[in-house]
Amino acid sequence: MFDVHEMEVNFGPQHPSTHGVLRVILRIDGERIIDAKPIIGYLHRGTEKLFEAMSYPMCIPHTDRMDYVASATNNLGFVETVEKLMGITKQIPKRAQLMRVMLSELQRISSHLLWLATHAIDIGAMTPFFYCFREREQVLDLFEEYCGARLTLNCMRIGGMPDDLPPGWLDGVEKFVDKFEDAVDEYESLLTNNRIWKKRTVGIGVISPEDAIDWGITGPPLRGSGVEWDLRRAQPYECYPELKFEIPIGKNGDTYDRYLVRMEEMRQSNWILKQCIPLVKKTPAGDIKAKISRVVRPPEGEVYHSIESPKGELGYYIISDGKSQSAYRCHVRPPSFVNLQALPAMAKGHLVSDLVALIGTIDIVLGEVDR
Amino acid sequence: MTQDLLLRYLIWPLVKFLVAFIIVQVIVAAMNWVERRLLGLMQARLGPNRVGREFGIPWGLAQIVADPIKFILKEDIVPSSSEKVAYFLGPMLPLIPAFLVFCLIPYGPPPTFVVTHVNVGLLLILALTSTGVYGIILGGWASNNKYSLMGGLRSAAQMVSYEVPFGLSIVGVLMLCGSFDLVHIINYQADHIWNLFPQLIAAFIFLVAMNAENNRTPFDLPEAESELVAGYHTEYSAMKFAFFMLAEYSSMMVNCCLMVSLFFGGWTMAINGYGLTTGVLRGMGLLGGILGALIFITKVMVFMLMYIWFRATFPRFRFDQLMDLGWKWMIPLALANIAVTAIVVLLGDQFDFQGEVVLSIAGAAIIVFTLILLLRPRAKVTHARRVSEA
Repeated sequence: MFDVHEMEVNFGPQHPSTHGVLRVILRIDGERIIDAKPIIGYLHRGTEKLFEAMSYPMCIPHTDRMDYVASATNNLGFVETVEKLMGITKQIPKRAQLMRVMLSELQRISSHLLWLATHAIDIGAMTPFFYCFREREQVLDLFEEYCGARLTLNCMRIGGMPDDLPPGWLDGVEKFVDKFEDAVDEYESLLTNNRIWKKRTVGIGVISPEDAIDWGITGPPLRGSGVEWDLRRAQPYECYPELKFEIPIGKNGDTYDRYLVRMEEMRQSNWILKQCIPLVKKTPAGDIKAKISRVVRPPEGEVYHSIESPKGELGYYIISDGKSQSAYRCHVRPPSFVNLQALPAMAKGHLVSDLVALIGTIDIVLGEVDR
Repeated sequence: MTQDLLLRYLIWPLVKFLVAFIIVQVIVAAMNWVERRLLGLMQARLGPNRVGREFGIPWGLAQIVADPIKFILKEDIVPSSSEKVAYFLGPMLPLIPAFLVFCLIPYGPPPTFVVTHVNVGLLLILALTSTGVYGIILGGWASNNKYSLMGGLRSAAQMVSYEVPFGLSIVGVLMLCGSFDLVHIINYQADHIWNLFPQLIAAFIFLVAMNAENNRTPFDLPEAESELVAGYHTEYSAMKFAFFMLAEYSSMMVNCCLMVSLFFGGWTMAINGYGLTTGVLRGMGLLGGILGALIFITKVMVFMLMYIWFRATFPRFRFDQLMDLGWKWMIPLALANIAVTAIVVLLGDQFDFQGEVVLSIAGAAIIVFTLILLLRPRAKVTHARRVSEA
């Protein structure tokens, strides 16, 4: 009787809530999504190919630009992979290891804060955005104090750390850590038990644990589905085995559970930082570099190493030919890219408004998706 | 004789309307600044605090003037593929009812502070405000943009849906007061009690529905900036965009005025005939009139600030949830309210007690109960299940 036809909408690449340059081609019937097709590649810079033309230390600043809201963990992944290839993982001094852990946990907090801010404003809650940025600012100040940069940190080196901690830095961290727990409570008081927030997130974009594993989803989306898998615990690196923390997991695998998981992860990161401060104080100042040659020339071989970045499993696969100072091939396994592939399945049958919530809950950074 | 009539029915109302209009529009323009500053205050930031500093104007107050100047000077872009006539009509249509309504609202004790005293004023206001949606639909459709179209459609569905509880919630008040005349309704409240108490549920429905009518958070779906970019006004720029804003803020103001007139005693400040009733204010002469108008404006501002407070607090509803809320909760609730009010009033007539007192006591009890619920220690925040650390 009626002429029903679908509408095709280009959601992005320039759209306020696609978190960068993601483009989703939507086929919608009214407001209901029939099909969502993510198109990526608008931020492709050929980072992997660039790595082949650069010596290993030169690559580190380029890793910053992949997941540009979590550059410390990007550095950590790359640096550790090269160290593993060279077989010097055991030689990294304790102080450097602790500093790496501290920086990456601070980075996890700042990345999750940015996620919460944008996720909340996508769903229409405006205020958490500013509250999150208030705390994120303090984390970025700490980064700036350590390495001079706030976003692209370039704060790790093969075999150790570039500089020792500046005086007073640990006090700054301590001050932040003491207050941060209350700040998380404040965000939760705005959202967690909010009826509208729950209506918008509970039961949206459910991923079953089996599907999550099949798709290779990692990080908070995987844990939100109830799978206990955290690389800090499953394949420990640095000094994580010595630190106490708990792995939060969800039950239903919906957007709300992923939200709860990330909120809890921020608390756990805070706890890790609390433990690190006295440990760092015990280590001798200045002992931040392993005694290795200045020229990084790993032996012939290949290695895959992955760490738990704020968004999931961040893996580097490096092949060295043993002769040159640069990698023969370097492949990056970005968590956002792999997690993003669940979007069409998650979005099907939901409304346009939910797509926005789903893009937020996957927590993608397009710099990392496209590399 | 003719001169007399002309003065009474044309000149005076026109003058009064212009004065009221200018005052209201200044408040509307200022609301933009108030909203941004207040949101800033609530969100741990500053808000606009710079403009006018060079001229010694404090707190960025010159922003109120700077914004319109910016809107006038900006390039007015018309999309080449738009439906030109409808595109131009879009921003203008909502303005007309939004402005017209201001001559029907009693700002203070009549006759001086009422522009036109119409005995079906309330009905006329409802009829006028409901036409505001045409501009939004037209503008959304004429832009020839899919986001605009979706914004316009959402707005149409939303306004039509919430017009119903909006209208139904007023019926209870009409039954108690027995008139469509806003002046009569206000006087009635001064002689008895604010309609808030006997019509608590109606007041609540009215509050929700007026938020939805004005496309304000948590019902700002037509312009949901994270979903539809800017909804129906995506393609509008410069003064055309400003017209949409002006219409939105004006109709916010209208709804707040209605809220105050219907449920909060308008310009009076009296219970059971004691306090600042219309008679007392009129006895004070012009001063009393101004006092009444001030009381009215203050009450209106409280509700305007409430809009801002809501905006800072709530996430946005999803479209189907919005419809559910409207049709499955608000309308049945409003109908139930009408039924209960009717039964109690009728029983009161039959068995010789004041039905309104019963309703008021019930309303006050609900308020107290809600306050207790709100102020009791909160349930613990739910956490994600943690796997105990190894």
